[in-house]
Amino acid sequence: MGFLTGIYALLFYVVAVIAVAGLIYKIVQYRNTPAPLKIPTTPAPTTRSGVVLRLFREVVFFESLFKGAKWTWLFGWLFHFSLLLVLLRHLRYFTEPVWDWVALLQPFGLYAGITMVLGLGALWGRRLLVERIRYISRPSDHLILLLLIGIGLSGLATKFVSHTDIVGLKQFTLGLLYFDPSPLPPDLFLLVHLLLVALLILILPFSKLLHIPGIFFSPTRNQVDNPRERRHLAPWAASLDKIEGDE
Amino acid sequence: MADFETPKLRKYPTIPVLQPGATAHLQPFKAAPAHQEALGFPGELVENWEEKAVAKLKELLGKYRSLQVFLDSCVKCGACTDKCHYFLGTQDPKNMPVARQDLLRSLYRRHFTPAGKLAPDLVGAREMNQEMLDEWYSYFHQCSQCRRCSVFCPYGIDTAEISMAAREIMDSIGVGMKYTNEILGKVHKIGNNLGLPQPALEATLEDLEEDLKDDTGLDVRLPLDVKGADVLLITPSADFFAEPHIDGLLGYAKVFHAAGISWTLSSFASEAGNFSMFIGSYDQLKKTAERIRTVALELGVKRVMVGECGHAWRVAYSFWNTVAGIGHGGDDPYAQMLQKQLDPNYPAPQHICEFTDGLIREGRLKLNKEANDHRVLTFHDSCNVARGSRMSDKPGGQFELPRNIIKASCNNFVEMDPETTHEKTFCCGGGGGLLTDDLLELRVKGALPRMEALKRVVEEDGVTNMAAICAICKSQFSKVLPYYDLPGDMIVSLHQLVGDALVLGEGEA
Repeated sequence: MGFLTGIYALLFYVVAVIAVAGLIYKIVQYRNTPAPLKIPTTPAPTTRSGVVLRLFREVVFFESLFKGAKWTWLFGWLFHFSLLLVLLRHLRYFTEPVWDWVALLQPFGLYAGITMVLGLGALWGRRLLVERIRYISRPSDHLILLLLIGIGLSGLATKFVSHTDIVGLKQFTLGLLYFDPSPLPPDLFLLVHLLLVALLILILPFSKLLHIPGIFFSPTRNQVDNPRERRHLAPWAASLDKIEGDE
Repeated sequence: MADFETPKLRKYPTIPVLQPGATAHLQPFKAAPAHQEALGFPGELVENWEEKAVAKLKELLGKYRSLQVFLDSCVKCGACTDKCHYFLGTQDPKNMPVARQDLLRSLYRRHFTPAGKLAPDLVGAREMNQEMLDEWYSYFHQCSQCRRCSVFCPYGIDTAEISMAAREIMDSIGVGMKYTNEILGKVHKIGNNLGLPQPALEATLEDLEEDLKDDTGLDVRLPLDVKGADVLLITPSADFFAEPHIDGLLGYAKVFHAAGISWTLSSFASEAGNFSMFIGSYDQLKKTAERIRTVALELGVKRVMVGECGHAWRVAYSFWNTVAGIGHGGDDPYAQMLQKQLDPNYPAPQHICEFTDGLIREGRLKLNKEANDHRVLTFHDSCNVARGSRMSDKPGGQFELPRNIIKASCNNFVEMDPETTHEKTFCCGGGGGLLTDDLLELRVKGALPRMEALKRVVEEDGVTNMAAICAICKSQFSKVLPYYDLPGDMIVSLHQLVGDALVLGEGEA
């Protein structure tokens, strides 16, 4: 195993462990922190299945954002949906033989790479040009967009600028999965792409990317609106109920 | 009139440009040591307050999932930035919901996230110091906790939760707000926000009964502390003395009279408002709500009903079952004690609008709409009712029922711009514990978006009156309408309209 292959293999193993451990830590933290009061933003669903539907609309269509900011919704949704297609396209590097539907998706995933960068560019433009958004942005808010744009552009470059040896790449990724790394094709764009992707994976549990698990734990979105029918009580709050006080 | 300029009403409102620091100077009076200590908070700024503030934040992060998730999840998309009435009215960028949250988020990041510990400047992490505390005191008292921002946030981040936490932290280090904390002391001592003792309340109600007699020729009662009544009505104490609130109270009395249902007010629990929510204190929330539980048990009532009040209805609807067992479905001894007494056929608590709407549907109220023909009505959805509660079994009932009641009582009803009603309604500008004259500038400026929408229907549709179902909205509008060249008395109680249209006395002696 060459030096480069070893470094990249190690890098991905390390960031994967950190990201998974970090995300599990955060998810367990969210799960274990009680929500002592009923605070759904109303009108809210009155049943569990209604809540599942509400979250589905939120996660898939960005319903609230649509109500709030149409351009941000358009660019944001374009970016996220494109990213989904791109990720699905990338499944071909992790499956052998490639699943039929993944094979079918390949051209869509490719165009999605372009629309993803366009969406990100528009979001960054908005962050730079709209006074209010510029005011609320910290360096990290700009850098994360640049990171994603960098991932998109370097990925596109492996296709459109200098063709990467994707057969070699696939042997490398499959090798990672089976803990038996094969040589990584020493292509500049690919190396940049993979490095940036590793960085993105690394910051998953330490950045605003926590919105991914966060949305599912948001009490204003995931609570059933039934406070009059069911008594909702957090464990720490239950201990405050004193019957003597009534006498 | 005052040492600030009232914003100009614009025909086509646009998002204003930023004016950093425009309202940094606006701070409510601080609570005196006596007000603080009465609630169990330190009287003045404690030693090592910087560390104690961080420790309190840590405690709250462990108790409130909302706080933990909201502080982590914001992506700074900016969807909330043009949604707050205080931002629209003051142009101060720190009144953009996300910027307000960041005042607390920066401290969270500094102490509780690896990025904020390692590279504070990269992620905007800041240390607690006098400058931060000053900003907190200004801007967390420029949030009326109306939840409008949370409607548009892709993660449902509710700035109200953040400002409640910040106020709780400030209280815990000895920096409280006079208006809210002094009032809570009065509730604990006397039973209502106004400090109106039992004899004064009794005399007021007797006077009002005489007015009702003059008006209707009938013995329409306002019963107080009646054991064995079916219904206990908890209403904001402003209903006992303030205009136009009082006309709403007379309206409730007429409805109860027409329905022939026995009811009572309570002198011990003579306040629906629960300012504890504004300062984020669960202990205070529970203690204040338990006065009502105590009275409900003592009087042996079958139903608990709530009068026209926005945050009070949010507290009653969403929190009473949790903090005081006033509701249904509790299987623990504490909840059971009251819940086995309450009639399972009615929601507990029940909003007065649910009651009146039910009577109208059953045809038990005879309403003469012509009595309100001299008025053209519009309706202001109060923020806490709209986004923090419900009426009826149906989501959105909190919008439908009040409108149904108005339409059953009046011939002329007009909606304001739909971008300013229902779940998108704008706060009156005085909610969240900010209804105090030391914040008058903020209240006037924060009313701007509602005033613009109202002005349009006044000019285009000849609207003469705006109805509301919130004591704070009514007081706030009475005060700020004149700043915008609108008559202060154009704000009316919803049940005033019902009371005026209600035909009483048929079949009676």
